[in-house]
Amino acid sequence: MSIATLELEGVTVRFGGLKALLDFDLVMQPGELVGLIGPNGAGKTTAFNAITGVYQPTEGEVRVGGSRVNGRKPHQICARGVARTFQNIRLFRELSALDNVRIACHARAESGFFDALFLTGRHLREEARILSRAEEYLEVMGLGHRRDEVSRNLPYGEQRRLEIARALATGPKLLCLDEPAAGMNAAEKVELMELIRSVRDRFGIAILVIEHDMRLVMGVSERLLVLDHGCTIAAGTPAEVRRNPRVIEAYLGDAYLEEKQIAVPLPEGSP
Amino acid sequence: MAPLRQLLRSFLPFLVGVPVLLSAQWAMEYSGSQAYTLLLVTVGVNVILAVSLNVVNGATGQFSLGHAGFMAVGAYTAAKITLGLAGFKLSFLPAAVSDQLFFALALAAAMAAAGLAGVLVGLPSLRLRGDYLAIVTLGFGEIIRSVIENMKSLGQATGLSGLPLRTNLVWVGVSALATVVMARRLSVSTQGRALFAIREDEVAAEAMGVDTTGYKVRAFVISAAYAGLGGALIAHAILLATPRMFTFVRSIEVVVMIVLGGLGSITGSVVSAVVLTLGLEALREFQAYRMVVYAALLIVLMLLRPQGIFGTHELWDLPFFKRRGARKDAGGAARAGGAP
Repeated sequence: MSIATLELEGVTVRFGGLKALLDFDLVMQPGELVGLIGPNGAGKTTAFNAITGVYQPTEGEVRVGGSRVNGRKPHQICARGVARTFQNIRLFRELSALDNVRIACHARAESGFFDALFLTGRHLREEARILSRAEEYLEVMGLGHRRDEVSRNLPYGEQRRLEIARALATGPKLLCLDEPAAGMNAAEKVELMELIRSVRDRFGIAILVIEHDMRLVMGVSERLLVLDHGCTIAAGTPAEVRRNPRVIEAYLGDAYLEEKQIAVPLPEGSP
Repeated sequence: MAPLRQLLRSFLPFLVGVPVLLSAQWAMEYSGSQAYTLLLVTVGVNVILAVSLNVVNGATGQFSLGHAGFMAVGAYTAAKITLGLAGFKLSFLPAAVSDQLFFALALAAAMAAAGLAGVLVGLPSLRLRGDYLAIVTLGFGEIIRSVIENMKSLGQATGLSGLPLRTNLVWVGVSALATVVMARRLSVSTQGRALFAIREDEVAAEAMGVDTTGYKVRAFVISAAYAGLGGALIAHAILLATPRMFTFVRSIEVVVMIVLGGLGSITGSVVSAVVLTLGLEALREFQAYRMVVYAALLIVLMLLRPQGIFGTHELWDLPFFKRRGARKDAGGAARAGGAP
């Protein structure tokens, strides 16, 4: 068995008295596609932040490619092969689509300030390499025609795709997507999920997806983790999770009932 | 062969610039119009200050108010060296050449000292964001000034006088050229784009693998070193280094220049440094009303064009240059040479 791409062992994140994430375990093998679901405030994004170094876990250990990354800064964790997108899009708004991706290529650049200021051969080689790589990633995400567009002017769906292109350009072994389909319509969501799967197959990287749309995330992921109030309440294949009564109670409740067309009695006093 | 081409590529702007400056200097001396020399030196130094501050305030989006402090570090370092070496000369060289060599040494030391001061101020304070950095750098500028005012070896409040005249159009021109070339090359490199990323979104930049603190410090140090160069040059043009030359107001002046020119635009910084310096000189006739007119001009400009004269645009973004650039491929930074 190869070394796990990502291992989280008993990770707990506390903010004062609030336990945002409790005793969280997760092992991801190379090339795995895992979904992370749960109601609002369940701790999904906190888990992401603990993985990518934005928050330091209060307890527990995070290992990337077998080595411990607790206490590392986000850019160091990125250099070890973890890339992410953000729930509320965080592109470099005033820069072109190409520059957004080129900045991410910087993580693997070998030239320094000195090279840039004196235009050394190494600098020119690196710039050429970064340019061709960035263009390649734009093509992969179907954004080749948007190359020189300022990213803030892109349509919403394309901004989301550009964020994924940017994350891929850091050369990750693990890609963390934080609600990549948020705000998209049904057709766009299906398209995006197919894209995510094709990215996984093409680059052979592990992907961890946070998603609210149950049907979608169940269709795309091989394994699911369900969080509620910071606790992992279920884990397993989509089919197993779907049958888990705790999940139905915590998260699927409404959707499930609706699907079965069972009338939900309104609480007293509501309009 | 390859190293030679490499050197040529690195120093092409200077190969073009130095002969032009030398002939300008010669013409100036020949025609005897020394009155304009000091004005031109002031313009050049302000270009150096504005363009270098723009690397921090414009490109990286940090707000530094300490440029005058770094100028002071550079000016006093260079002044101590030229004063200390005043009696010496390299016997195998003509006196003038020997003096200029010592001045080159003094300028290099000024940049190094200011850069070092940049590290000392930058390392702790660049972990902070926005307003905090402004306050720390503001405080640093004042500390430098009061340290100088209280140090006997630095002449206290009267400063160091009797510096030898070393600054000429060639030194100022080459330095301004070097500053612009530095800023331009940075802005089209992956390191420069990392700085832009910090300006746009620090959290995202960090997540995309940019060492945000490290890059902010580097930008800050580069900027400080060039400020030190500017300080050394101006001190050896007016033959004086006093604490009063490097007050908080001086820092603000530079900030005004880059805001007016357009934060993040190198062209804007150059143009507004030139225009404001010459404008202030032209307003000398109004005497007491000079600062009133100056301030009114700034207010009007900010009302009509809040993003500054150039916004974030550059001269080389124009379609004319774009076409040439496309043919020459992305690498050629030599065009920056024309600006100062």
